[in-house]
Amino acid sequence: MAASLDVNGKTVSVQAEPDTPLLWVLRDELGLTGTKFGCGLAQCGACTVHVNGDPVRSCVTPIAALSGAKITTIEGLGGAHPLQQAWVKLDVPQCGYCQSGQIMSAAALLAATKSPSDEDIDAAMGGNICRCGAYQRIRAAIKDAATSTAAPVVAAPPAAKQAEVEADVDEAISAASGATSRVQRGEVR
Amino acid sequence: MNAPAKSEGFSRREVVVGAVVVGGALAVGCSPADLMSAGSKVEVGAFGPFIRFEPDGFVTVISKHVEFGQGSHAGLAAIVAEELDADWTKVRVEQSPANAKLYGNGALGAQLTGGSSAISNSWEQLRKAGAGARAMFVEAAANRWNVPAGEVVVKDGLLTHGSGRTAAFADLMADASKVTPPANPALKDPKTFTLVGTDRVRRKDAQAKSDGSARYTQDVHLPDMLTAMVAHAPRFGAKVESFDADAARKVAGVVDVFEIPTGVAVVAKSTWAARLGREALTVRWDEGKAEKRASAQIAAAFRALATGKGPAAQKWESFGAKGDTAQAAGGSDAFEAVYEFPYLAHATMEPMNCVAIVDGNSVRLVHGSQGQTLDQLNAAKIVGALPGSVEVETLFAGGSFGRRATFTSDYVAECVHVAKKVGGGKPVKLVWTREDDMRAGYYRPLVAHAVRVTLDKDGMPATWRHRIVSQSIMKDSPMPSKGVDQTAVEGASDSPYLKATPIVDAQVAFPEVGVPVLWWRSVGATHTAFVMEHTIDQLARKAGKDPIEYRRALYAKAGATRHLAALNLAVEKAGPTAGAGWTRGVAVHESFGSVVAQVAEVKLVDGAPRVGRVVSAIDCGTAVSPDQIAAQVEGGTCYGLSAVLYGEITLTEGAVDQSNFDTYRVLRIGEAPSVETHIVPSAAPPSGVGEPGTPVIGPAVANALLALSGQATTRLPFVQSV
Repeated sequence: MAASLDVNGKTVSVQAEPDTPLLWVLRDELGLTGTKFGCGLAQCGACTVHVNGDPVRSCVTPIAALSGAKITTIEGLGGAHPLQQAWVKLDVPQCGYCQSGQIMSAAALLAATKSPSDEDIDAAMGGNICRCGAYQRIRAAIKDAATSTAAPVVAAPPAAKQAEVEADVDEAISAASGATSRVQRGEVR
Repeated sequence: MNAPAKSEGFSRREVVVGAVVVGGALAVGCSPADLMSAGSKVEVGAFGPFIRFEPDGFVTVISKHVEFGQGSHAGLAAIVAEELDADWTKVRVEQSPANAKLYGNGALGAQLTGGSSAISNSWEQLRKAGAGARAMFVEAAANRWNVPAGEVVVKDGLLTHGSGRTAAFADLMADASKVTPPANPALKDPKTFTLVGTDRVRRKDAQAKSDGSARYTQDVHLPDMLTAMVAHAPRFGAKVESFDADAARKVAGVVDVFEIPTGVAVVAKSTWAARLGREALTVRWDEGKAEKRASAQIAAAFRALATGKGPAAQKWESFGAKGDTAQAAGGSDAFEAVYEFPYLAHATMEPMNCVAIVDGNSVRLVHGSQGQTLDQLNAAKIVGALPGSVEVETLFAGGSFGRRATFTSDYVAECVHVAKKVGGGKPVKLVWTREDDMRAGYYRPLVAHAVRVTLDKDGMPATWRHRIVSQSIMKDSPMPSKGVDQTAVEGASDSPYLKATPIVDAQVAFPEVGVPVLWWRSVGATHTAFVMEHTIDQLARKAGKDPIEYRRALYAKAGATRHLAALNLAVEKAGPTAGAGWTRGVAVHESFGSVVAQVAEVKLVDGAPRVGRVVSAIDCGTAVSPDQIAAQVEGGTCYGLSAVLYGEITLTEGAVDQSNFDTYRVLRIGEAPSVETHIVPSAAPPSGVGEPGTPVIGPAVANALLALSGQATTRLPFVQSV
């Protein structure tokens, strides 16, 4: 059964069953392997992608919930996003396996909060585990990127005037994924 | 074989892995490395096994060590670039193929990354490799320009002569490759280093690991590749009795279901199909030989043994005996404590996985291999091939902390079994879920310590009686260990505190338990550092002394000058007082040849310890890449803190209770301390960095809590799960 998804600004057709988690469609079917499998239970954040700009755990988000949604993966950040530059500048990664998810959570944070406080960072990044313990560099890199003027801190193309559709999608995804979205944090646009 | 065999340039682990084949090698009269690389097709370039010059002007440094976060690839490349005088911005790192003879770690030859030895083991080797290649280029330039070699200058990858002639490495590659490599190239005076020891040494993989392009085992997709998941027994030691695969076979995408030695494999066209297929599987297990005890029962048995209430038949081995040991049981007003440590999972971010391609007896492995030689030996055994013929493409590994090097190559062997059954050269990716990973065993052992110390009239230790009860990690080594399994006693057996105590009676027992155990970042030090450092603070308290001054006196007595220097540096950098509302604890420990001292500031938040500022000092010999050393101390501290705060694998009737990060809690960003790292200046050769930062934070926190509340911590984790 073919479904249509909007991934990194492109419409793609996928064959997976509707209840298949987005993670496995991205990785196995679309070859977008930057998004990682860590726990399968929305516990570690390694699979974080953006859905309409919100951080979502793709390992528990069935593609059925994503019709009409704009999905952005780490590949969609382009490689020179201010956060990615800060990550390189501060040598944040160690094993690196969690960092796609960390950066996607951080990108959503910065898109919503230009100068995040430590508490903002704790709240937005609390769902992303780093077993190497690169946490203090992650924190420093987020702050570095926040003060960087190298490029605008935009996580994904803003979805213009689709607020109502998105709210529904957001709700379905939040319910399915347990992810911390801006909606859940009370920061509804 | 004493704890970290640093002076010989190889660690305990290489010794043991090498020992796998030593017996056989000696019998047939060839070296272990020859035997382990027999059948290899790996070729060496003109500039040796570690360096390749590229037409695009880049220098490729070939790393025999896997990169799984510890940052060795940066340090190894820097060592070569320094001696070569290469342009650091034009240096790449490539993972070497598997070949014990070319890429073995240490004197006995197995290729393995472990024991915090990547830099220390490669220091001389790569300096010579870089210096040798540099000499070849200098000679090539001198010949081409017809000038004396002594007049050729190399800097930032450029060869120049006072006459104005200049050439890049790429220009002279062909000429230089024909020069005979010098047997003993002159090495630089370390005082003239311009790269090693500076903050210019940066990770080469940071961009790839920030844009999603870094390639891990999980990311391997090959044409016609199948994905396998395996249903494992719920209890260690159980076997498949029978299974019903009808429902599993009906799942769309499932290709085959069959039994392998470790369980029932479901092979499918995608990861999700494999997972659904496995869920549909029904397996009955023969648990006749399974371990069925609860971890609480094992802990109680260990505690009884440590306190002299266990079976008299239990064998004890000494790891320290000094003076009239009988006196260690006597004397009055002794300090006594029993400490208990739980099983710990490594819980790497990337669960265990492997890609294997088997065609007849040809095997190719693609994965984040930590012990390439072990993986070759184990894979070769399964298909009946020469170990060196097993090709290994080593990828980045999403963490290991010791988990990816087992004597059995457990999950690698599992993958080879599946790929052998699939056959025909079809690639098979074995994927473990988080639950598979957490329940598969190979834990840091559950350990009990009983300590009894009497003090002399000055309050210093007069007698020290120490009992450790642990499963033996080395028991599973293919060669029986001669002497005490050091992995259980290192950090205690070589403690400066025991050295400073006139009478010592230290013994260890290794009861049989059917739970697979393994080294876990910093190995024995994960518990010995806690016991020694927390005990010292309690003894200082008993003696009415300041714990820092007490340590200084003991280090003076033991001649532990490096401990003293690290302690002094950490204390100095921490400044005179803790932040308002915070209480300090101090701990110092040597592991893998390096000494780490930490001053940790702790407070209680809702009854649980919260760690704020941690000031660290490390003596790791020559600091090759200071920023990576800091990163390892930061990360090692978090890894250690995560375990002492929350880490605990428990068993109910032999079945593991934890399954994922919801039940195996780990440190998150809001709980992470702010770690400052200061490096003790040293001209000694480099020593370990990846592990020594891990074991110190636990006792530092316990000591802060002791200062705060007067209560000692005798059971970990600090935060007990309900």
